[in-house]
Order: sequence, then structure tokens, then C-alpha cells
Amino acid sequence: MDLVTPVTPSLEVAGLAFAYPDGHQALFGVDFTVGRGERVALLGPNGAGKTTLVLHLNGILTGGAGTVTVAGLPVGKQHMAEIRRRVGIVFQDPDDQLFMPTVREDVAFGPAAAGLKGPELEERVDRALAQVGMGEFKERPPHHLSFGQRRRVAVATVLAMEPEILVLDEPSSNLDPASRRELADILRSLDVTVLMVTHDLPYALELCPRSLVLSEGVIAADGRTAELLSDEELMRAHRLELPFGFDPRSVTMGA
Amino acid sequence: MGAGHAHRLYRHGHSPVHALPPHTKLAAAFAFVVVVVSTPREAMWAFGLYAVLLGFVARHARVPAGFLLKRLLIEVPFVAFAVLMPFVAEGERVDVLGLSLSVNGLWGAWNVLAKGTLGVAASVLLASTTELRELLLGLQRLKLPPLLVQIASFMIRYGDVITDEMRRMRIARESRGFEARGVRHWGVLAKSAGALFIRSYERGERVHLAMVSRGYAGSMPVIDEVTADRAQWSYALALPVAALVVCLLGWTL
Amino acid sequence: MHVPDGFINAPVSAATGVVAAGAIAVSLRGARRELDERTAPLAGLVAAFIFAVQMLNFPVAAGTSGHLLGGALAAILVGPFTGVLCVSVVLLMQGILFADGGLTALGVNITDMAIVTTVVGYAVFRFLVKVLPRKRRSVTVASFAAALLSVPAAAVAFTLIYAVGGTTDVSLGKVATAMIGVHVLIGIGEAAITALTVGAVIAVRPDLVYGARGLEQRLKLRVNGELVDAPPSRPAPVAARTSRRRLWLTGLVTSLVLAGFVSFYANTNPDGLMKVAQDQGIDKKTEKHAAADSPLAGYGVKDITDGRVSKGLAGLIGVGVTVVAGSTVFWAVRRRRTADTSPVGTGV
Repeated sequence: MDLVTPVTPSLEVAGLAFAYPDGHQALFGVDFTVGRGERVALLGPNGAGKTTLVLHLNGILTGGAGTVTVAGLPVGKQHMAEIRRRVGIVFQDPDDQLFMPTVREDVAFGPAAAGLKGPELEERVDRALAQVGMGEFKERPPHHLSFGQRRRVAVATVLAMEPEILVLDEPSSNLDPASRRELADILRSLDVTVLMVTHDLPYALELCPRSLVLSEGVIAADGRTAELLSDEELMRAHRLELPFGFDPRSVTMGA
Repeated sequence: MGAGHAHRLYRHGHSPVHALPPHTKLAAAFAFVVVVVSTPREAMWAFGLYAVLLGFVARHARVPAGFLLKRLLIEVPFVAFAVLMPFVAEGERVDVLGLSLSVNGLWGAWNVLAKGTLGVAASVLLASTTELRELLLGLQRLKLPPLLVQIASFMIRYGDVITDEMRRMRIARESRGFEARGVRHWGVLAKSAGALFIRSYERGERVHLAMVSRGYAGSMPVIDEVTADRAQWSYALALPVAALVVCLLGWTL
Repeated sequence: MHVPDGFINAPVSAATGVVAAGAIAVSLRGARRELDERTAPLAGLVAAFIFAVQMLNFPVAAGTSGHLLGGALAAILVGPFTGVLCVSVVLLMQGILFADGGLTALGVNITDMAIVTTVVGYAVFRFLVKVLPRKRRSVTVASFAAALLSVPAAAVAFTLIYAVGGTTDVSLGKVATAMIGVHVLIGIGEAAITALTVGAVIAVRPDLVYGARGLEQRLKLRVNGELVDAPPSRPAPVAARTSRRRLWLTGLVTSLVLAGFVSFYANTNPDGLMKVAQDQGIDKKTEKHAAADSPLAGYGVKDITDGRVSKGLAGLIGVGVTVVAGSTVFWAVRRRRTADTSPVGTGV
């Protein structure tokens, strides 16, 4: 996998800065680019501004300085609907994402809002649910599912929109090891650009050939995941710590 | 464990009442209560007949009497209020067991008790045979403004989530040795309430973002619709029509 | 205080139902202006919050405790229209799902607990925020006063509804004493909790407090080491002038409708139950009721045997209502005059 970005990258972020209304500034000028089809991890300690950055990718937070461009379209008022269809964000808490009474209606929400109806809609729902292996839970209410299942349905709700880039906020948080592996298998099987925001370093190494390190509101490093994780000085400087006994050099990933 | 996909009053079942389309049941329950409220309080036998009618519905719905009676407890504050009425109301007084009671107050107490109880019983029957989600579809079908139905549906979907957050905050407070004992502790509780508001509001924003990112532009796409045929309507409306007959008899007799 | 079925007679229940429906219709439009297309999820979540916070017990002393009603709080936090919607939806769901409050009494309950508390609370709040110095403390003080008045106002509204359509002949004086007396006490609790809660929200997310908009300070951003001005976070989505005028109109129309049907019913006495009772000679006292010109006068006449106390109370209610109505009008006029010059008053 090379690091050269294609002509129209899926995502371009330039000079992004933002402060919350209470005066707390979270981003201090962020620049990076994600090419089409890439799987990139955005690493950083708690409070580095990761979630704030994610919320800028589809125009949820605006009003700071800098620009975000998705597949050539600038994020701004005029293209908001299209931007939001192209950027599929899977939020950290699946409860935020699953707001409809049943799994089927939840997954159908996006395509139905886009005008899909009848058998076509059903087909789209079935396909998205099959992609995450949740086909048989179609008629269940979301709050009756386990956390891991809810996260998978959350991914399906976004996949049903057929997005340009899938943005996952802490996809492995609160998952038990089996659910974590299942989600990894699902993500690897998908053919979309992925930006994965996480502080789960082994997960990043497993899934993403390239990583960005966000620290104190700026991109502190950008490179191959394995190399970044092996750079002890960089890791220490940005409060990134590998789990006990985990050595990135000893892991061989196909990527 | 929260209330789950069934709300607190719902009883799962496959009775003919469960199977009725929700909007027919809503209309029937509402019409029934209107009829009950319009019945003269002096026609005591009419209220007895209403109770029999409800009992009949409960049997059909296979809602056990014990369940129904237990749910009637919600009325207790008003029973207390009704018991006070004979003492405070105006008018002619009678002596009962050495107590001077107002005749009008006795009538008033009876009126509120009878109508209130029947109203609660009808609501309980409705709620125990209709799933939440169906109720919302029913309200939508009865032409409640869509925005109102949406607000209600979000409230239902997140009611448990928010209550759960509140419970966790209480556990967090208590695990740190804090126990609210009096007015002095209101500040801490209000901070929790404030934090809960912020969390709720922010969750609302996130939910909105999740919706918008899937193409929401102010109206919910219609995915399911409920319909009722003539037979279902007449089946559901049997209750209020029977009640209406009783009511008319009550006025004329 | 969820009124059950049978407490208020059918015609008055229907009339309050119409008032409630009208107010909700206006609020639906108003809420869209307050929250734009975020209305459904935000109002839904705020309704869930109100629902939850009504379960939060505030211990008073010796085992007793109170809880929030939330009308004023909702109005201050999310605006009057959204506030009305949220509390109405909570009441609607409590009625349908938990059989808490009668189905036919929904109109009474919504008018009383959703509309009166919210509108009075918000009117008092905005008035005080305008008059007091532009500081955060003023917002807390205004919240306190707003919640304090909103609860007895609901009690007054209930007493009025009861006066017109109550099914039991309890003297208005007694109802008023019980309702208003108890609710002044509840109001103090409500006020303290509301003020503290608003204060807690303002300390963390001042931008979320609808009633405190315009008190924020301009943000500064540091971009790559340089300080720049941040563009305004949100271009104040309040279409200030129209919404105020609408609020004022709503208040006026509601009071006119209320006043209208109050005098109508008082004059023609369509209270079927009372009439039956009277015809059948069960209640001889109702004749006085029939002869009364207005509910307040009627009850005053009837209570004359009770002494001057109840008459005085009836007067007090009248005065109270007049004061509330008067200050609402004053506030509305004042707002309209300042709307053109005030920096917040940018019509969209």
C-alpha cells in the first residue's frame, strides 16, 4: 500500500481550528488527506480533539477556521445533504445512531429518506444487514440487542447509505474480544474508504496500514501504522501506550 | 433492565384485542371515556354496566383481573382527594356514623371515583394490549401532527436511556458517600439535573446528526403504515357504542 | 397533579381540549422557528429529560420529598414553544401509556401544566432578564422568580377551570385556598430547583440556555499560535420579532377564549350534571350557581355564609390573574418597542 494520494482524495482537511462555546479550544490547525479506498486510523489520547475533528467531517460542527473537503466537495451549507450522504459516521454510542423502533426501520431510514421504496428499499436493508451479519435481527428493537450487535447495526445503517467514506468513532470501545474481532472482519470485508478514530492501538494496527496521530489539537505524525507504533519516543510524547506485552514489530499483518 | 420494547403496562399476547389496529383501539378507548364522563352521576347502575363492559373487553384481551386491579393503583392520590370531598363540599349535610357529610360532596366523590376509575381502567386496557410502537403509529394515523408524534416517539425511545443515565449518576453520587437528605443537598441534585439536561440535549443533537447524516430533512420517511377495515372498526367501536346506549338510558331513565 | 376523568365536566373538558390543541398548533410552528429541523429529536430528548427529572426526588425534610414539574425549566432552557410541546408530550404519554391523568382530562392537564406554567414562567423570565443587569446571576434570579410564579399560576388556572366545570360543589374559596396555598409551597421548591438547574447548565453550556441567549461573549481562537476572532457560532436562529408577537398574540387569544367560555358557561349554565341534580331536587343550593353572573361572583355569593375569607380569596384570584395578564401585555409592548433597536432583534 503506498501513501501517495489519488487525484480526488476522499477527504481533505486543511487548517482546521475550533473552540467550543465555553471557550475550550479543541483543534489548533489540522491538516491531512485520505485517499480513496484507504483505511486510515486517527490515533490520539483522550481529549486530543479526535471526536471534535470527526464532527467537522460532515459539517456537524462549523464556525471555526479552516476547510474540509469530501471527494472534491467543500463541507458547507450549500452541499450539506450530499456531504452527509457521502460521509457515513458511526458514532461512539450506538444508542445515538439507532433512533427508530426496529432494526429494519432504522437501517431503512437513510435510503427511505433518499426516496427508496418497496422491494428496492427492502433489498437495500437486507444487503446492509447481511454485510454486518445481522440479517436475522431485522424485526428486533435496537435496545434489545447486545452492545456489539448494536454497533454492527449502527454500521449497517450507515452502509445502507452507500457512503464514500466511513468514519468510525472508537469502533472497538466497550466490545468484548469476540465482538471486536467480528467487527474487524466486517470492516476488512468492506470496499470503502475508512477513517477510524481510536486509541485502541492494536486494533489500528490490525485494520489500518496508515495512521495519523492527533495530539493537542494538531496532527503530530502521519505514516505507516507499524512504524508509528514502533517509534517509542513519538508514542511517549503523545501519551500513546501499547497494551502490556504487545510488540508491533512482532505482528505480521497482511493489510 | 429497562422497560424494553414493551412499555411498563404492556402485556404480550395474541388476543383479538391485541390484534386490532392501534388507531381503532385509541379511538374506541377515547370515545368510551367521553361517554362515561358524560353520564349523569345519579345513574349509578350505568357505571356498573360500564365496568361489566370493560370486564368483558379484559376477558377478550386475556388481561387477568389481578393485573388490571394492580394497575388501578395509580389512582390512589385521587381516591384520597375524593374521600376528602364529603367533608369539604357545600350543601345539605347528612350524618353517617356520627360524621357530618355533605350530600353533594358524597355525590362528587362518587362521581370522581366512578368516572376516574373507569377512565384509568380503559387506559390500562388500551396500554396493556397495544405495543408502544403501534400506539405511535395509531396516533399518527389519527392525524395527530406528525411533528408531535415524532417528538413522542423520540421521548419513548430515549426515555429509558435518560432515566438510566440518571440512575447511573445517582449511583455515582452514592458511591462517593453522598446521600441527599434535605434542602441543603439540592445544589448537588440540581447539578445532576443540569448535567442530565446537557447530556439529553447533546444526545438530541447527536441523534439529530445521525438522522441528518442519513438524509433527514424535517419529515420522517414513511416506512410502515397501519390500516383498518370496516370489520375491525366495528369490532373496536362495539365498546363505546354499547357504552353510549347505556349512557342514553342513563339520561332518560 | 394529573386530573383524572370525571373531575371536570364534559363541555369544559372539550373546551380546554380545544385551547390545548390550539396552543400546541401554535407551538409546533413556533418550535420549528426555535429549533428548525432539529425540533423532533431535540424536543423529544428534552421531553425525555423532563420525564426523567420528574422522577428525581428532592428530599425536603423528614422523609418527605418533592420533584420538579418542569414547565418553567423547559421554557427557560429550550424556549416557550418547545417547552409547551415537551411538557404536552410528556402529559400525553403519561395519559396513554401509564393511565396517569384521564384521557378526557388531557385538555385540562395540558392547559394547566404545559401551557400556563410555560407561558407564565417564560413571560416572567424574559421580563426580568430585560430589566435586570445583563449578568449570569440575573438569569438565575429570573429563573427563580419565573418558576416561583409559574406553579401558583397553574393552580389559579386549575381553580378557574374548576370554577367553570368542576363536578363537585366544593366552594371556590376552599379549592383556591387548597390549590394555591399548596402550590405556593411547591412553587418555592420548584423555583429553587429550577434556578439551581439553570445555573448548573449556564456554568457549563451557556449557549444551550435559550433564555440566556445574547449574554454570551465572542470567542477567540488560536490558530497555529495566532489569535483570531471566531465567526458567531450560530446566527441566532430566533426570528425574534415575529416569535414575540406570536407569543403575545397566543397569550391574548388564549385568555380571550378562556374568558369567553368562562362567561358563556357562567351565563347559560350548561352544566348538565348540575342541572339534573337540580331538577331532581338533589341539590337545592345549585340555584344560586345558576343565578350568578360570573363564576367568581357566583362563588362569592354562594360562599357568603362562609364569611368574608372566601370572597376575599376570589378577589385575590381575580387580582392575580389581572396582574399576570397586565404584566404580559406590558412586557409584550415593551418588547415590541425595543425590538427594532435591540441587537438581538435581527429578523430573518
